Amino acid sequence: MPDSRAIHRPRMHRAAKALVAPTAVVLAGLLLTACGAKDDDSTSGSNAASCVDTSKDSIKVGSLHSLSGTMAISEVTVANSTKLAIDQINAAGGVLGKKIDLVLEDGASDPKTFAEKAEKLISSDCVAAVFGGWTSSSRKAMKPKFESLNSLLYYPVQYEGLEDSKNIFYTGATTNQQIIPALDYLKQKGITSLYLVGSDYVFPQTANREIKEYAKANGIEIKGEDYTPLGSTDFSTIVNKVRTAKAGAVFNTLNGDSNVAFFREYTNAGLKAAEMPVVSVSIAEEEVAGIGAQNIAGQLTAWNYYQTVDTPVNKKFVADYKAAFGADKPTSDPMEAAYASVYLWKNTVEKAKSFAVADIKAAADGVSFEAPEGLVTLDGSNHHITKTARVGEIRPDGLIYTVWNSGKAVTPDPYLKSYDWAKGLK
Amino acid sequence: MDVLIGQLFTGLSLGSILLLAALGLSLTFGQMGVINMAHGEFIMAGCYTTYVVQKVFSSAGVSLMVSLLIGFLVGGLLGAALEMGLIRWMYDRPLDTLLVTFGVGLVLQQLARDIFGAPAKNVLVPEWLGGGITIMGAVVPKTRIFILVLAVVAVTTLATVLKATPLGRRIRAVVQNRGLAETSGVSSRVTDISTFFIGSGLAGVAGVALTLIGSTSPTIGQSYLIDAFLVVVIGGLGQIKGTVIAAFALGLLNSYIEYSTTASIAKVIVFVIIVIFLQVRPQGLFTVRTRSLA
Repeated sequence: MPDSRAIHRPRMHRAAKALVAPTAVVLAGLLLTACGAKDDDSTSGSNAASCVDTSKDSIKVGSLHSLSGTMAISEVTVANSTKLAIDQINAAGGVLGKKIDLVLEDGASDPKTFAEKAEKLISSDCVAAVFGGWTSSSRKAMKPKFESLNSLLYYPVQYEGLEDSKNIFYTGATTNQQIIPALDYLKQKGITSLYLVGSDYVFPQTANREIKEYAKANGIEIKGEDYTPLGSTDFSTIVNKVRTAKAGAVFNTLNGDSNVAFFREYTNAGLKAAEMPVVSVSIAEEEVAGIGAQNIAGQLTAWNYYQTVDTPVNKKFVADYKAAFGADKPTSDPMEAAYASVYLWKNTVEKAKSFAVADIKAAADGVSFEAPEGLVTLDGSNHHITKTARVGEIRPDGLIYTVWNSGKAVTPDPYLKSYDWAKGLK
Repeated sequence: MDVLIGQLFTGLSLGSILLLAALGLSLTFGQMGVINMAHGEFIMAGCYTTYVVQKVFSSAGVSLMVSLLIGFLVGGLLGAALEMGLIRWMYDRPLDTLLVTFGVGLVLQQLARDIFGAPAKNVLVPEWLGGGITIMGAVVPKTRIFILVLAVVAVTTLATVLKATPLGRRIRAVVQNRGLAETSGVSSRVTDISTFFIGSGLAGVAGVALTLIGSTSPTIGQSYLIDAFLVVVIGGLGQIKGTVIAAFALGLLNSYIEYSTTASIAKVIVFVIIVIFLQVRPQGLFTVRTRSLA
């Protein structure tokens, strides 16, 4: 049957005009979303010889975060906190007598762009080190560049572990500094059963595998395990399951917007933090605001740093950050790790008395910094740092307050070698 | 037993959400034959409308009611603008509308991100919708009951408008035979714009309702768009009755399968069932002869 519209509304003569409109709109859309994702024409520097210029009275370092795209809001705060540390160091006289010159790049929430910009920073900007990355995929994309061009990346976000690169310093938590301490806390509280809820991708699946091994070894029953597609917003069935399972606690590895729907449903179904607490590992101060403090108050999170950590160093950090970027801006765990990264680099350079990558690697072991979360120390063998583990409770004011901490900094163990129950994990 | 009842309500509630998301689409896609990929972003516009309205009214209850109205207008105006600015030039080319509206959707998403920021915004739920009520041992959140009622009201209103008003008669006339309708003095331009206004307005209403259960973030629309298209296709193009039945059938199917498996597996099984169903009945549950894609 011929299309009646084509017969009664002859518009073919407008074909050209009509073609312009869709093309323009699609292009505009692509431009807007890909804003800043322009390819850079930097030449490939496959030779590993460093081009870092140490003859001037300033030294270049790079900052590479998503300043546009989906991840921007999280990563801009981390880039800000990197800049805060650099400004402070410059004001105090710089590193080895040289001012730090920050080269800011935008990874645009796209792993491919992260890899390209990393190469540009190393090969054509000739930076001494790069501070950047958030998602595991951005780190995995940048890793080969830093290794083949022999440069240094400081990566500030908690991640799933099972990695150690000689060219990356991991300043966020690995599993035994976040997830395992949280499990120890629950066990100590007398929790004997858990329900696992997570987004369906690498991090939650890996984390839950570790949690299940831990549970087996510690006599904790796993009542159920549920994954939802990333971005899923319907949690009524899962919450029904959790409610009927009557577990001691829920371990939540959901990411992003799913948390909003999950906690709303959880509260509306009459489940309470006092009876069945939810422990989350991806919800920091900023996310609490989006979920709504009233929906999540009383629930627990596991991190290494909260804005409320009560140390003089942190009070100064929070005050300095708010003074520079706005009184209503909260500080969070990845921001603190980024801030510490810059100082760790500075302290390592000063110990090595050199900006050369090989010298920094050689000098790294044992370098420490009094960070807002407490003293952190670089471990030269696996390039992670010691971190204080904390469990916090979310209060109605939207801030997170420490209810337990490990007392001393926990030694990083990215491959969980020191745990007998983790032998089966590969 | 309470599990069975609980999942029944979960299914009905999921169905009512699917219905709200798909209702507008059944007008613009089912009846007009336009593949509007920006429908999800119109839903998002409804979400952000609620967020903005809530900044004005201190009472979350009042703001919800006002938002339903303004959300309809915002969605409707966006839809009318899209129709007048772009879609009118390409009614006879469904693939082009797909591309164009996809682009519009991307633009709207980035616009929302630039204006409101990427993380979810917190929309307050009125006191009287907080918590749930216990029905035969199952706890049903009040927000879900509200959405169920809202979906029923929206469907009845839409059906009445289509059946009993002059505008509805014109819409049906244009859908069934555009040429004849025009010859009889019906302005198809005005009818096209009105249909788009109503269909997109319903997306706005769906957005307002979704703030009660989910997040208000730039990508919220995407999570509902595919499901909404499924509902319309399964229901049969151009059929409100089919849309209603398909929405609740999918909701119930999903909730019962998900309970006995997992969310990811349930999605796969439901898709397989849909594929098999469309092999048997490619025209959907019900169909009328229209100038549709088929």
